[in-house]
Amino acid sequence: MITKRIIPCLDVKDGRVVKGTNFKGLSDVSSPVELAKLYSDSGADELVFYDITASSEGRAIFTDILAEAARNVFIPLTVGGGINTVADFDRVLKCGADKVSVNSGAIRNPSLIEEAAKLYGDQCVVISADIKRVDGGFRVFAKGGREDTGMEAISWIKRCVDMGAGEVVVNSIDTDGVKGGFDIELLKLVTEAVRVPVIASGGAGCCEHFVELFREIPDIDAGLAASIFHFGTVKIDELKAHLRANGINVRI
Amino acid sequence: MIAIVDYGVGNLFSLCCSFDAIGAQTVVTGDPEIIRRADKILLPGVGAFEDARRKLRESGLDKVVIEEAKKGKKLMGICLGMQMLFEKSYEYGEHEGLGLLRGSVIGMEGTLPAELKIPQIGWNALHITNAHPIFKYLKEGDFVYFVHSYYASGCEDSLLATCEYGKDICAAVAKENVCGTQFHPEKSGEVGLSILRAFAEW
Repeated sequence: MITKRIIPCLDVKDGRVVKGTNFKGLSDVSSPVELAKLYSDSGADELVFYDITASSEGRAIFTDILAEAARNVFIPLTVGGGINTVADFDRVLKCGADKVSVNSGAIRNPSLIEEAAKLYGDQCVVISADIKRVDGGFRVFAKGGREDTGMEAISWIKRCVDMGAGEVVVNSIDTDGVKGGFDIELLKLVTEAVRVPVIASGGAGCCEHFVELFREIPDIDAGLAASIFHFGTVKIDELKAHLRANGINVRI
Repeated sequence: MIAIVDYGVGNLFSLCCSFDAIGAQTVVTGDPEIIRRADKILLPGVGAFEDARRKLRESGLDKVVIEEAKKGKKLMGICLGMQMLFEKSYEYGEHEGLGLLRGSVIGMEGTLPAELKIPQIGWNALHITNAHPIFKYLKEGDFVYFVHSYYASGCEDSLLATCEYGKDICAAVAKENVCGTQFHPEKSGEVGLSILRAFAEW
Protein backbone atom coordinates (compact mmCIF):
# COMPACT_ATOMS: atom_id res chain seq x y z
CA MET A 1 0.00 0.00 0.00
CA ILE A 2 1.20 3.48 -0.76
CA THR A 3 2.48 5.29 2.32
CA LYS A 4 1.71 8.74 3.69
CA ARG A 5 4.56 11.13 2.99
CA ILE A 6 6.33 13.53 5.35
CA ILE A 7 7.93 16.47 3.57
CA PRO A 8 10.21 19.10 5.11
CA CYS A 9 10.32 22.41 3.27
CA LEU A 10 13.55 24.42 3.09
CA ASP A 11 13.23 28.13 2.32
CA VAL A 12 16.50 29.16 0.71
CA LYS A 13 17.74 32.74 0.43
CA ASP A 14 21.18 33.68 -0.88
CA GLY A 15 22.33 30.11 -0.43
CA ARG A 16 21.20 29.67 3.18
CA VAL A 17 18.17 28.09 4.81
CA VAL A 18 16.03 30.81 6.29
CA LYS A 19 14.43 30.28 9.71
CA GLY A 20 16.76 29.30 12.49
CA THR A 21 17.78 25.77 13.17
CA ASN A 22 19.21 24.24 16.29
CA PHE A 23 20.50 20.86 15.28
CA LYS A 24 23.25 19.30 17.28
CA GLY A 25 25.94 17.62 15.27
CA LEU A 26 25.47 19.73 12.19
CA SER A 27 28.54 21.78 11.41
CA ASP A 28 26.53 24.29 9.43
CA VAL A 29 22.91 24.54 10.50
CA SER A 30 21.84 26.80 7.69
CA SER A 31 23.48 24.86 4.88
CA PRO A 32 20.67 23.55 2.65
CA VAL A 33 22.74 20.56 1.56
CA GLU A 34 23.66 19.53 5.14
CA LEU A 35 20.06 19.89 6.25
CA ALA A 36 18.78 17.98 3.22
CA LYS A 37 21.14 15.09 4.05
CA LEU A 38 20.05 15.08 7.69
CA TYR A 39 16.36 15.02 6.75
CA SER A 40 16.88 12.30 4.17
CA ASP A 41 18.81 10.17 6.71
CA SER A 42 16.09 10.63 9.31
CA GLY A 43 13.38 9.39 6.94
CA ALA A 44 11.97 12.36 5.03
CA ASP A 45 10.07 11.04 2.02
CA GLU A 46 10.72 14.02 -0.18
CA LEU A 47 12.18 17.52 0.11
CA VAL A 48 10.91 20.88 -1.04
CA PHE A 49 13.42 23.61 -1.83
CA TYR A 50 11.77 26.98 -1.95
CA ASP A 51 13.76 29.77 -3.58
CA ILE A 52 12.95 33.05 -1.90
CA THR A 53 15.76 35.09 -3.43
CA ALA A 54 14.88 37.94 -5.70
CA SER A 55 18.23 38.66 -7.34
CA SER A 56 19.65 36.85 -10.34
CA GLU A 57 22.89 36.13 -8.42
CA GLY A 58 20.77 34.54 -5.71
CA ARG A 59 19.02 32.45 -8.33
CA ALA A 60 22.32 31.14 -9.68
CA ILE A 61 23.46 30.22 -6.16
CA PHE A 62 20.15 28.43 -5.64
CA THR A 63 20.58 26.20 -8.69
CA ASP A 64 24.15 25.38 -7.61
CA ILE A 65 22.83 24.33 -4.21
CA LEU A 66 20.07 22.29 -5.79
CA ALA A 67 22.59 20.40 -7.92
CA GLU A 68 24.77 19.79 -4.86
CA ALA A 69 21.74 18.46 -2.96
CA ALA A 70 20.88 16.16 -5.87
CA ARG A 71 24.43 14.75 -5.75
CA ASN A 72 23.98 13.87 -2.08
CA VAL A 73 20.33 13.08 -1.51
CA PHE A 74 18.49 10.34 -3.37
CA ILE A 75 14.87 11.09 -2.63
CA PRO A 76 12.48 13.20 -4.73
CA LEU A 77 13.19 16.94 -4.79
CA THR A 78 10.53 19.53 -5.50
CA VAL A 79 11.51 23.09 -6.31
CA GLY A 80 9.34 26.17 -5.96
CA GLY A 81 9.70 29.92 -5.86
CA GLY A 82 10.17 32.22 -8.81
CA ILE A 83 8.83 29.77 -11.39
CA ASN A 84 7.25 31.94 -14.06
CA THR A 85 8.17 30.39 -17.38
CA VAL A 86 8.95 27.06 -19.00
CA ALA A 87 12.59 28.20 -19.01
CA ASP A 88 12.42 28.29 -15.20
CA PHE A 89 11.20 24.68 -15.24
CA ASP A 90 14.10 23.75 -17.49
CA ARG A 91 16.64 25.54 -15.29
CA VAL A 92 15.71 23.63 -12.10
CA LEU A 93 14.98 20.26 -13.74
CA LYS A 94 18.50 20.25 -15.20
CA CYS A 95 19.90 20.71 -11.71
CA GLY A 96 18.17 17.71 -10.24
CA ALA A 97 14.60 18.77 -9.42
CA ASP A 98 12.01 16.04 -9.99
CA LYS A 99 8.95 18.21 -9.58
CA VAL A 100 8.40 21.92 -9.94
CA SER A 101 5.81 23.82 -8.00
CA VAL A 102 4.11 26.89 -9.41
CA ASN A 103 2.11 29.48 -7.48
CA SER A 104 2.02 33.17 -8.46
CA GLY A 105 3.49 32.30 -11.85
CA ALA A 106 0.43 30.18 -12.65
CA ILE A 107 -1.95 32.87 -11.37
CA ARG A 108 -0.37 35.40 -13.73
CA ASN A 109 -0.23 32.96 -16.61
CA PRO A 110 -2.39 29.83 -16.14
CA SER A 111 -1.26 28.37 -19.49
CA LEU A 112 2.18 27.82 -17.87
CA ILE A 113 0.69 24.68 -16.28
CA GLU A 114 -0.51 23.34 -19.62
CA GLU A 115 2.76 24.09 -21.40
CA ALA A 116 4.89 22.55 -18.65
CA ALA A 117 2.67 19.46 -18.34
CA LYS A 118 2.96 18.85 -22.09
CA LEU A 119 6.74 19.19 -22.03
CA TYR A 120 7.60 17.40 -18.80
CA GLY A 121 4.51 15.35 -17.93
CA ASP A 122 1.73 15.94 -15.37
CA GLN A 123 3.77 14.26 -12.63
CA CYS A 124 6.31 17.07 -12.84
CA VAL A 125 3.90 19.97 -12.32
CA VAL A 126 2.75 20.81 -8.80
CA ILE A 127 0.23 23.57 -8.15
CA SER A 128 0.86 25.27 -4.86
CA ALA A 129 -1.97 27.48 -3.62
CA ASP A 130 -1.98 29.95 -0.71
CA ILE A 131 -5.54 29.99 0.57
CA LYS A 132 -7.34 32.17 3.12
CA ARG A 133 -10.91 32.51 4.35
CA VAL A 134 -12.57 35.70 3.08
CA ASP A 135 -16.29 36.49 3.61
CA GLY A 136 -17.14 32.90 4.46
CA GLY A 137 -15.41 31.45 1.36
CA PHE A 138 -11.91 30.32 0.44
CA ARG A 139 -9.82 32.63 -1.72
CA VAL A 140 -6.51 32.21 -3.52
CA PHE A 141 -3.81 34.68 -2.53
CA ALA A 142 -0.78 35.65 -4.62
CA LYS A 143 2.68 37.07 -3.89
CA GLY A 144 3.45 34.95 -0.87
CA GLY A 145 0.00 35.40 0.62
CA ARG A 146 -0.03 39.20 0.47
CA GLU A 147 -2.48 39.79 -2.35
CA ASP A 148 -6.11 38.61 -2.61
CA THR A 149 -6.69 37.47 -6.20
CA GLY A 150 -10.46 37.31 -5.66
CA MET A 151 -10.47 33.77 -7.11
CA GLU A 152 -12.43 31.02 -5.35
CA ALA A 153 -9.87 28.45 -4.17
CA ILE A 154 -11.47 25.09 -4.96
CA SER A 155 -12.43 26.02 -8.51
CA TRP A 156 -8.92 27.40 -9.10
CA ILE A 157 -7.33 24.16 -7.95
CA LYS A 158 -9.71 22.10 -10.10
CA ARG A 159 -8.87 24.26 -13.08
CA CYS A 160 -5.13 23.75 -12.48
CA VAL A 161 -5.56 19.98 -12.26
CA ASP A 162 -7.63 19.98 -15.46
CA MET A 163 -4.79 21.87 -17.15
CA GLY A 164 -2.32 19.18 -16.11
CA ALA A 165 -1.08 19.75 -12.55
CA GLY A 166 -0.26 16.30 -11.18
CA GLU A 167 -0.15 17.21 -7.52
CA VAL A 168 -1.56 19.93 -5.25
CA VAL A 169 0.03 21.66 -2.26
CA VAL A 170 -2.54 23.45 -0.11
CA ASN A 171 -1.07 26.16 2.13
CA SER A 172 -3.62 27.48 4.57
CA ILE A 173 -2.75 31.07 5.45
CA ASP A 174 -5.23 30.92 8.36
CA THR A 175 -3.46 28.06 10.12
CA ASP A 176 0.11 28.85 8.98
CA GLY A 177 2.42 29.74 11.85
CA VAL A 178 -0.30 29.19 14.46
CA LYS A 179 0.93 25.64 15.25
CA GLY A 180 -2.63 24.62 16.17
CA GLY A 181 -2.96 21.86 13.54
CA PHE A 182 -3.62 21.60 9.80
CA ASP A 183 -6.66 23.22 8.19
CA ILE A 184 -8.84 20.10 8.11
CA GLU A 185 -11.94 21.86 6.76
CA LEU A 186 -10.13 23.31 3.73
CA LEU A 187 -8.09 20.16 3.04
CA LYS A 188 -11.22 17.99 3.04
CA LEU A 189 -12.80 20.21 0.41
CA VAL A 190 -9.70 19.97 -1.80
CA THR A 191 -9.34 16.17 -1.53
CA GLU A 192 -13.03 15.79 -2.42
CA ALA A 193 -12.60 18.04 -5.47
CA VAL A 194 -9.58 16.47 -7.18
CA ARG A 195 -8.22 13.00 -7.88
CA VAL A 196 -4.50 13.80 -7.84
CA PRO A 197 -2.33 13.63 -4.70
CA VAL A 198 -2.87 16.46 -2.19
CA ILE A 199 -0.20 17.72 0.22
CA ALA A 200 -1.24 19.55 3.39
CA SER A 201 0.76 22.58 4.51
CA GLY A 202 0.40 25.12 7.26
CA GLY A 203 -0.35 24.63 10.93
CA ALA A 204 1.62 21.61 12.14
CA GLY A 205 2.92 22.18 15.65
CA CYS A 206 3.46 18.66 16.98
CA CYS A 207 3.32 14.95 16.02
CA GLU A 208 -0.31 14.68 17.03
CA HIS A 209 -1.32 17.18 14.33
CA PHE A 210 -0.06 14.78 11.67
CA VAL A 211 -2.02 11.90 13.24
CA GLU A 212 -5.13 14.08 13.21
CA LEU A 213 -4.50 15.06 9.56
CA PHE A 214 -4.21 11.49 8.27
CA ARG A 215 -7.07 10.19 10.46
CA GLU A 216 -9.52 12.94 9.62
CA ILE A 217 -8.72 12.90 5.90
CA PRO A 218 -7.80 9.39 4.70
CA ASP A 219 -7.39 10.78 1.17
CA ILE A 220 -4.64 13.23 2.05
CA ASP A 221 -1.26 12.06 0.73
CA ALA A 222 1.35 14.04 2.60
CA GLY A 223 2.04 16.54 5.34
CA LEU A 224 4.53 19.36 4.76
CA ALA A 225 6.15 21.56 7.40
CA ALA A 226 9.21 23.75 7.84
CA SER A 227 10.05 25.38 11.15
CA ILE A 228 8.97 22.53 13.44
CA PHE A 229 11.52 20.34 11.67
CA HIS A 230 14.20 23.06 11.48
CA PHE A 231 13.85 23.88 15.19
CA GLY A 232 13.82 20.22 16.13
CA THR A 233 10.38 20.51 17.79
CA VAL A 234 9.41 17.48 15.75
CA LYS A 235 12.01 14.94 14.64
CA ILE A 236 11.12 13.08 11.48
CA ASP A 237 12.11 9.60 12.68
CA GLU A 238 10.12 10.07 15.88
CA LEU A 239 7.16 11.48 13.95
CA LYS A 240 7.08 8.47 11.65
CA ALA A 241 7.34 6.02 14.54
CA HIS A 242 4.45 7.84 16.22
CA LEU A 243 2.37 7.70 13.03
CA ARG A 244 3.02 3.98 12.63
CA ALA A 245 2.13 3.35 16.29
CA ASN A 246 -1.17 5.07 15.50
CA GLY A 247 -1.92 2.78 12.58
CA ILE A 248 -0.89 5.17 9.82
CA ASN A 249 1.07 3.58 6.99
CA VAL A 250 4.46 5.27 6.64
CA ARG A 251 7.86 4.32 5.28
CA ILE A 252 10.31 3.52 8.06
CA MET B 1 31.08 0.90 -17.99
CA ILE B 2 27.31 1.35 -18.04
CA ALA B 3 25.89 3.21 -21.04
CA ILE B 4 22.91 5.36 -20.10
CA VAL B 5 21.01 5.74 -23.34
CA ASP B 6 20.40 9.40 -24.14
CA TYR B 7 17.64 9.73 -26.74
CA GLY B 8 16.41 13.18 -25.74
CA VAL B 9 13.84 12.18 -23.16
CA GLY B 10 13.90 13.37 -19.59
CA ASN B 11 16.92 14.49 -17.67
CA LEU B 12 19.55 12.10 -16.55
CA PHE B 13 21.24 14.23 -13.91
CA SER B 14 19.84 12.38 -10.86
CA LEU B 15 20.48 8.98 -12.41
CA CYS B 16 24.13 9.86 -13.05
CA CYS B 17 24.47 11.24 -9.50
CA SER B 18 23.16 7.92 -8.11
CA PHE B 19 25.69 5.85 -10.05
CA ASP B 20 28.43 8.28 -9.00
CA ALA B 21 27.39 7.80 -5.38
CA ILE B 22 27.94 4.04 -5.60
CA GLY B 23 31.18 4.44 -7.54
CA ALA B 24 29.91 2.88 -10.76
CA GLN B 25 31.20 4.24 -14.04
CA THR B 26 28.58 5.49 -16.48
CA VAL B 27 28.51 7.30 -19.76
CA VAL B 28 25.46 9.22 -20.99
CA THR B 29 25.42 8.64 -24.71
CA GLY B 30 23.44 8.54 -27.90
CA ASP B 31 26.37 7.04 -29.81
CA PRO B 32 25.66 3.48 -31.05
CA GLU B 33 29.36 2.56 -30.92
CA ILE B 34 29.72 3.53 -27.27
CA ILE B 35 26.54 1.61 -26.42
CA ARG B 36 27.91 -1.45 -28.26
CA ARG B 37 31.20 -1.24 -26.38
CA ALA B 38 29.60 -0.75 -22.94
CA ASP B 39 29.36 -3.64 -20.46
CA LYS B 40 25.75 -2.86 -19.61
CA ILE B 41 22.97 -0.68 -20.91
CA LEU B 42 20.55 1.43 -18.91
CA LEU B 43 17.41 2.62 -20.67
CA PRO B 44 15.80 5.55 -18.81
CA GLY B 45 12.55 7.30 -19.65
CA VAL B 46 9.91 9.70 -18.44
CA GLY B 47 6.90 11.25 -20.12
CA ALA B 48 4.62 9.80 -22.77
CA PHE B 49 5.22 6.36 -24.31
CA GLU B 50 4.51 7.35 -27.91
CA ASP B 51 6.87 10.34 -27.82
CA ALA B 52 9.69 8.40 -26.15
CA ARG B 53 9.27 5.40 -28.46
CA ARG B 54 9.35 7.67 -31.51
CA LYS B 55 12.53 9.42 -30.34
CA LEU B 56 14.19 6.08 -29.66
CA ARG B 57 13.21 4.89 -33.16
CA GLU B 58 14.25 8.12 -34.91
CA SER B 59 17.63 8.03 -33.23
CA GLY B 60 18.06 4.45 -34.44
CA LEU B 61 19.04 3.48 -30.91
CA ASP B 62 16.11 1.08 -30.52
CA LYS B 63 17.80 -1.30 -32.99
CA VAL B 64 21.11 -1.03 -31.12
CA VAL B 65 19.46 -1.74 -27.76
CA ILE B 66 17.54 -4.73 -29.18
CA GLU B 67 20.63 -6.18 -30.91
CA GLU B 68 22.81 -5.82 -27.84
CA ALA B 69 20.15 -7.31 -25.56
CA LYS B 70 19.71 -10.26 -27.93
CA LYS B 71 23.48 -10.82 -27.86
CA GLY B 72 23.16 -11.19 -24.10
CA LYS B 73 24.29 -7.77 -22.85
CA LYS B 74 22.70 -6.86 -19.54
CA LEU B 75 20.02 -4.23 -19.93
CA MET B 76 17.95 -2.42 -17.34
CA GLY B 77 14.95 -0.19 -18.05
CA ILE B 78 13.66 2.31 -15.53
CA CYS B 79 10.05 3.56 -15.42
CA LEU B 80 9.07 4.34 -19.02
CA GLY B 81 12.34 2.67 -20.02
CA MET B 82 11.01 -0.55 -18.44
CA GLN B 83 7.62 -0.13 -20.11
CA MET B 84 9.29 0.09 -23.51
CA LEU B 85 10.84 -3.36 -23.05
CA PHE B 86 7.39 -4.95 -23.53
CA GLU B 87 5.57 -5.83 -26.73
CA LYS B 88 2.95 -3.11 -26.63
CA SER B 89 1.60 -0.09 -24.80
CA TYR B 90 -1.98 1.12 -24.78
CA GLU B 91 -1.12 4.64 -23.62
CA TYR B 92 -3.21 6.94 -25.87
CA GLY B 93 -3.68 4.39 -28.63
CA GLU B 94 -1.68 1.29 -29.36
CA HIS B 95 2.10 1.42 -29.74
CA GLU B 96 4.77 -1.15 -30.41
CA GLY B 97 7.39 -1.63 -27.71
CA LEU B 98 10.84 -3.15 -28.12
CA GLY B 99 9.38 -6.63 -27.64
CA LEU B 100 12.18 -7.90 -25.40
CA LEU B 101 9.72 -9.01 -22.72
CA ARG B 102 6.31 -10.62 -23.04
CA GLY B 103 3.42 -8.43 -21.91
CA SER B 104 1.86 -5.03 -22.51
CA VAL B 105 1.46 -1.71 -20.74
CA ILE B 106 -2.04 -0.64 -19.73
CA GLY B 107 -3.59 2.36 -17.97
CA MET B 108 -4.61 2.53 -14.31
CA GLU B 109 -7.76 4.33 -15.40
CA GLY B 110 -10.52 1.76 -15.67
CA THR B 111 -8.37 -1.19 -14.56
CA LEU B 112 -7.88 -0.24 -10.89
CA PRO B 113 -10.53 0.71 -8.30
CA ALA B 114 -12.05 4.12 -9.09
CA GLU B 115 -11.18 5.68 -5.72
CA LEU B 116 -7.44 5.39 -6.35
CA LYS B 117 -5.45 8.42 -7.29
CA ILE B 118 -3.82 8.52 -10.71
CA PRO B 119 -0.84 8.80 -11.03
CA GLN B 120 0.47 6.67 -8.20
CA ILE B 121 3.00 9.07 -6.64
CA GLY B 122 4.93 8.03 -3.56
CA TRP B 123 6.64 5.26 -1.66
CA ASN B 124 5.20 1.76 -1.80
CA ALA B 125 6.41 -1.56 -0.42
CA LEU B 126 7.84 -4.24 -2.71
CA HIS B 127 6.53 -7.77 -2.60
CA ILE B 128 9.29 -9.90 -4.09
CA THR B 129 7.89 -12.76 -6.17
CA ASN B 130 11.19 -14.05 -7.58
CA ALA B 131 14.79 -13.80 -6.46
CA HIS B 132 17.15 -12.00 -8.83
CA PRO B 133 20.74 -10.66 -8.76
CA ILE B 134 19.51 -7.00 -8.97
CA PHE B 135 17.57 -7.60 -5.76
CA LYS B 136 20.41 -9.26 -3.88
CA TYR B 137 20.62 -6.49 -1.24
CA LEU B 138 16.83 -6.15 -0.94
CA LYS B 139 14.40 -7.54 1.57
CA GLU B 140 10.68 -8.15 1.38
CA GLY B 141 8.68 -5.01 2.15
CA ASP B 142 11.44 -2.51 1.30
CA PHE B 143 10.02 0.81 0.12
CA VAL B 144 10.70 2.37 -3.26
CA TYR B 145 9.45 5.51 -5.02
CA PHE B 146 6.85 5.29 -7.80
CA VAL B 147 5.48 7.86 -10.24
CA HIS B 148 3.27 6.37 -12.95
CA SER B 149 -0.19 6.17 -14.49
CA TYR B 150 0.40 3.02 -16.59
CA TYR B 151 1.69 -0.40 -15.61
CA ALA B 152 2.79 -3.67 -17.20
CA SER B 153 0.29 -6.50 -17.49
CA GLY B 154 0.49 -10.06 -18.78
CA CYS B 155 4.15 -10.21 -17.73
CA GLU B 156 3.90 -13.23 -15.40
CA ASP B 157 6.87 -14.98 -17.00
CA SER B 158 9.22 -12.11 -16.10
CA LEU B 159 7.65 -10.78 -12.89
CA LEU B 160 10.13 -10.10 -10.07
CA ALA B 161 8.17 -7.91 -7.68
CA THR B 162 4.78 -6.31 -7.24
CA CYS B 163 3.38 -3.44 -5.20
CA GLU B 164 -0.16 -3.15 -3.90
CA TYR B 165 -2.10 -0.30 -5.48
CA GLY B 166 -5.75 -1.36 -5.50
CA LYS B 167 -4.41 -4.77 -6.54
CA ASP B 168 -0.94 -6.26 -6.95
CA ILE B 169 0.64 -4.52 -9.91
CA CYS B 170 3.99 -5.03 -11.63
CA ALA B 171 6.90 -3.25 -9.90
CA ALA B 172 9.91 -5.03 -11.41
CA VAL B 173 10.65 -7.62 -14.10
CA ALA B 174 13.55 -9.66 -15.39
CA LYS B 175 14.14 -12.39 -17.93
CA GLU B 176 17.60 -13.65 -18.69
CA ASN B 177 19.80 -10.60 -19.28
CA VAL B 178 16.97 -8.03 -19.45
CA CYS B 179 15.45 -6.40 -16.37
CA GLY B 180 13.46 -3.34 -15.43
CA THR B 181 11.83 -1.42 -12.61
CA GLN B 182 8.60 0.55 -12.74
CA PHE B 183 9.80 2.58 -9.74
CA HIS B 184 12.75 4.98 -9.65
CA PRO B 185 15.77 3.41 -7.90
CA GLU B 186 17.63 6.74 -8.26
CA LYS B 187 14.96 8.36 -6.08
CA SER B 188 14.45 5.51 -3.62
CA GLY B 189 17.11 6.36 -1.05
CA GLU B 190 19.51 3.66 0.16
CA VAL B 191 17.22 0.87 -1.06
CA GLY B 192 17.29 2.30 -4.57
CA LEU B 193 21.06 2.76 -4.54
CA SER B 194 21.43 -0.88 -3.48
CA ILE B 195 19.50 -1.96 -6.58
CA LEU B 196 21.72 0.14 -8.84
CA ARG B 197 24.80 -1.27 -7.09
CA ALA B 198 23.48 -4.80 -7.64
CA PHE B 199 22.88 -4.01 -11.31
CA ALA B 200 26.43 -2.64 -11.63
CA GLU B 201 27.76 -5.84 -10.03
CA TRP B 202 25.47 -8.23 -11.97
